[in-house]
Amino acid sequence: MAQASAIQAIDPAAHQAGERRNLRDARADRAFHWLVASAGMFVLLALGGAALSMLWGGREAFSEFGLGFLFSTEWDAVNRNFGALVPIYGTLVTALIAMLIAVPVSFGIALFLTEVAPAWLRGPVGAAIELLAGIPSIIYGMWGLFVFVPIMGEYVTPWLNDHLGEWPLVGALFTGPPLGIGMLTAGIVLAIMVIPFVSSVMREVFLTVPTRLKESAYALGSTTWEVVWNIVLPYTRSAVIGGIFLGLGRALGETMAVTFVLGNAHRLSASLLEPGNSIAATIANEFTEADSDLYRSSLIALGFLLFVVTFFVLAAAKLMLRRLSRQEGKR
Amino acid sequence: MIDAPARISVAPAATTDARPQAQRPKMAARGLDFHYDGFRALKDVSLDVAEKRVTALIGPSGCGKSTLLRVFNRIYSIYPGQHASGAVLLDGENILDPKYPLNRLRSKVGMVFQKPVPFPMSIYDNIAYGIRHHEKLSKAEMDVRVELALVQGALWGEVKDKLRQSALGLSGGQQQRLCIARAIALRPEVILLDEPTSALDPIATGKIEQLISELKAHFTIAIVTHNMQQAARCSDFTAFMYLGELVEFGETERLFTKPEKKQTEDYITGRFG
Repeated sequence: MAQASAIQAIDPAAHQAGERRNLRDARADRAFHWLVASAGMFVLLALGGAALSMLWGGREAFSEFGLGFLFSTEWDAVNRNFGALVPIYGTLVTALIAMLIAVPVSFGIALFLTEVAPAWLRGPVGAAIELLAGIPSIIYGMWGLFVFVPIMGEYVTPWLNDHLGEWPLVGALFTGPPLGIGMLTAGIVLAIMVIPFVSSVMREVFLTVPTRLKESAYALGSTTWEVVWNIVLPYTRSAVIGGIFLGLGRALGETMAVTFVLGNAHRLSASLLEPGNSIAATIANEFTEADSDLYRSSLIALGFLLFVVTFFVLAAAKLMLRRLSRQEGKR
Repeated sequence: MIDAPARISVAPAATTDARPQAQRPKMAARGLDFHYDGFRALKDVSLDVAEKRVTALIGPSGCGKSTLLRVFNRIYSIYPGQHASGAVLLDGENILDPKYPLNRLRSKVGMVFQKPVPFPMSIYDNIAYGIRHHEKLSKAEMDVRVELALVQGALWGEVKDKLRQSALGLSGGQQQRLCIARAIALRPEVILLDEPTSALDPIATGKIEQLISELKAHFTIAIVTHNMQQAARCSDFTAFMYLGELVEFGETERLFTKPEKKQTEDYITGRFG
């Protein structure tokens, strides 16, 4: 060993080659650094560019209607009077319905696949979920309109009218004509579209819970449900919430399927069975018909608002996660 | 209600040692076989675990000592494809009988695992978690139970001012004592320790061993260990297992000084394993 290093120290050629190699490595590292840094920057540029160009496109509507654009329920193409309240309301309500259905169902799917199902069933059901996630939204829209809407109109809506319609407080939500299309239908179709995303995230993170943690709980006498509720869920909480908000982001922005089944009526109504409108559906439906600058500008302004709504929802999710982890640290 | 399982007579297991078996065994395996995925991990094992004594299971990796421990509280049953046959008696009742209520078994036989696994909750809730499953207690009663368990687990002095903090902030040795306290909190009769110190440093290991010697006044303890010094230090009886079979079983002092089987001697003198 000592001999070998002595030889190397003496040999100037080898020493020089080593120096060159060092320089080259440092250059390559720097180039790589800039390459990935610019890839990262691209995200910020794309986000800022999209937001700004939407804001610019919507400037006419914003300057014409001011803050009133947010609170007006008008949408009158003839008199050129536009307001965003109905689409914003529809977007939030359909997404909320979707999440109310999708979260528990996804939790059940993930729980079944990781804790309950026999080994031979886990693969096929897991694959089916991935396939469900791969179906294009236009297919969901068509299926919704041709298959699901008639079912809703003929059976579900009358049943809801008869049973829940009489209840105090919530009754108004479930009273409406048997059209089939409407907020509830859109919410349910959205839920079906969101479930694959939420459940596959949940399944992945449930699988990361250490076996020994679950065994410890079982050894104390816990049932499967208790192990999942008290151990698995708290352990994976932040990732589960992340998955839920991934689904929520998708539900807020979904366009085609909602356009098919929501009804596209610019009317604010308490009932979930009445047709409504969402931001994405309004834009998709009316962009080709926008015959005036103000009309087009209002649609772009709607797009900007969708941007803002989604941003606030995701920011709220981040804040919530941070508060949760801070609480955990304190306890 | 579930029928009480039939009592099975407790004939002493055939061992290589004429033990002074003053008290009857708390737990006993009789002709125990264990299979998973077609592999026979335990072969006709018969073993007595004496009441309020420490019984150590030693042997090379894969000899079945941990498997044997995992049969004692039926924790293996959460996995499909694992199957035990023969009998494991707890106070004369066969716990492998499907009629033996799992809840009762888990409250009587506690287990502590190789790596410390605190639940992702506060120190207090870690202890209270198991108790809540088996008993309904008022807040004051629960406080007393939690303190008692932590005192018995030799952890109270170190955590009494931070019971509401996350258990994940404790050191490895403290976490393991928390796990022992969590098992004790259910007031079990038997405690199974599966290599409880293998992930700990020597000082933490010393504390756990000290704790084990204190606990045997109240509990029957079975411990799996890779560390023969540990078995010699803290157990009263030792079982040497090899390839799924119980090779030799007897009083610890006798087994380590005058092993009867060649295999045992080879293992404890470090010639294989």
